[in-house]
Amino acid sequence: MSIKRRQFIKAAGAAGAVTGLSLSGLRFASAGSGKHVVVVGGGAGGATCAKYIRHFDSSVKVTVIEPKTEFATCFMSNWVIGGLKEQDWITHTYGDWSAKHGIDVIHDLVVDIDADKQTVTTRGGKTVSYDRLVVSPGVDMKYDTIDGYSEAASHLVPHAWHAGPQTTVLRKQLEDMPDGGLFVMASPPNPFRCPPGPYERVSLVANYLKRNKPKSKILILDAKDKFSKQGLFTAGWEKYYGYGTDDSMIEWRSRANDGTVKAVDAETRTAMTTFDEIKADVLNVIPAQTAGHIAHKAGLTDDSGWCPVDHMTWESKMHKNVHVIGDAAIASPLPKSGYAANSEGKVCAAAVVAMLKGNDAPTPSWVNTCYSLVTPSHGISVAMVYDSKDGSVSKVKGSGGLTPKGGDYTLEAVYAESWYLNIVDDMFG
Amino acid sequence: MTRTSLLSALFVAGLAVGHSATAADASGQMIAAQCNGCHGFEGKSVGDAPSLHGRSAALMAKAMMDFKSEARQATIMNRIAKGYSDAEIQNVAEYYANLK
Repeated sequence: MSIKRRQFIKAAGAAGAVTGLSLSGLRFASAGSGKHVVVVGGGAGGATCAKYIRHFDSSVKVTVIEPKTEFATCFMSNWVIGGLKEQDWITHTYGDWSAKHGIDVIHDLVVDIDADKQTVTTRGGKTVSYDRLVVSPGVDMKYDTIDGYSEAASHLVPHAWHAGPQTTVLRKQLEDMPDGGLFVMASPPNPFRCPPGPYERVSLVANYLKRNKPKSKILILDAKDKFSKQGLFTAGWEKYYGYGTDDSMIEWRSRANDGTVKAVDAETRTAMTTFDEIKADVLNVIPAQTAGHIAHKAGLTDDSGWCPVDHMTWESKMHKNVHVIGDAAIASPLPKSGYAANSEGKVCAAAVVAMLKGNDAPTPSWVNTCYSLVTPSHGISVAMVYDSKDGSVSKVKGSGGLTPKGGDYTLEAVYAESWYLNIVDDMFG
Repeated sequence: MTRTSLLSALFVAGLAVGHSATAADASGQMIAAQCNGCHGFEGKSVGDAPSLHGRSAALMAKAMMDFKSEARQATIMNRIAKGYSDAEIQNVAEYYANLK
């Protein structure tokens, strides 16, 4: 080959002949499109996508529609529940962000999407037109999968799987629990937001109880027979919380062991499985989940209750010019995690910017990196790099995996906090 | 043979390992966007993870290649570096080096 690769790319790029090749050093966008993108939801996926659309092409007008003026991240809300951090630490606002990146923010709830007319309607009565729409609605709780559970019951028996007021309620209940009390968690069936989340929560509740109410116990009633980072969690529980001994602070009951919670009585904080009835001092019920309401209302979901999308662009397979990212999208093998939503938001942003100009989406690349704490100074992680194969997300063979045996758990805990500071800066900074 | 031409040769021959043989290499900008989650927007870290913004391409490429080959040990970067072809590592190293 007589021509160097970079020269070849430059030459080919100048000739307008390149698609799907690596365009090192080139911007996705150079000329202005003047188009309008509306982003529904200002969470991990939506905020990232909005910011990166503006970063990739500042000629695109971006409007984010998000009901909350203060957004608490689900990730690291376990650190608040465990008493490691205050609620303020996980709470972010949009004012400075909006001004810094030139993004319009409307604090309202999208109640309808007309994909033919390319408009959204808000509860406040606004109708907003878009050239392309990005929907990042997160998850809704399927309260009706557990008898006696409901949105109203969740004020007494919090799920705390949307961070915010429920995080504070669960923290307060733990603080009020007597020493010798029983904390019961109902852990949901797959697929659900943040697969290691329930087990990190249990770890940090155990850490709090061990220091403050050491006679207390934790029971996990699980709708699954295995869970994310299971070996790393149980090894940590053995080390710190007596797991596997008669005196263990933590007991895990799998689905096969009658772990699935079928009903709750919120008033008495009682959880019912098929054969058992357990009265808790603090009851944390995390139900099965589905794509956020607007995705269902707008016909973006399939029979699974989640949103099928083209992974190269994150455009919906149900409606044209509408993209779905984050937990609501069918993204497997990408997990339903904050980092994956952030990763998808960037690939979607690059695709949206290209498509608004009639160009092909650039070659995608995704990452998931997820830390959990077993104690404040014992961190564990799982990571994976993804590329595309036959138009779908695919794990890059040989990459990723769990913290290896003999890993540095102290440093992993340090990097867990660093992860948070940087990812929220990447989203909301 | 210079390092760059070695990388080019590997790329052209389709021998580069680290991602699906059928997949095209992603751009430096695309990969950097993914790194930013842990290393901060535009690689400007606000935590204990190192900043990547403005690092020399040689340093970043060497670090990534060493993580990939396990010549250098890290907590998580060995697992991450194995996800990229040698050409992609060069792309992302050049991207961060050129950020102003």
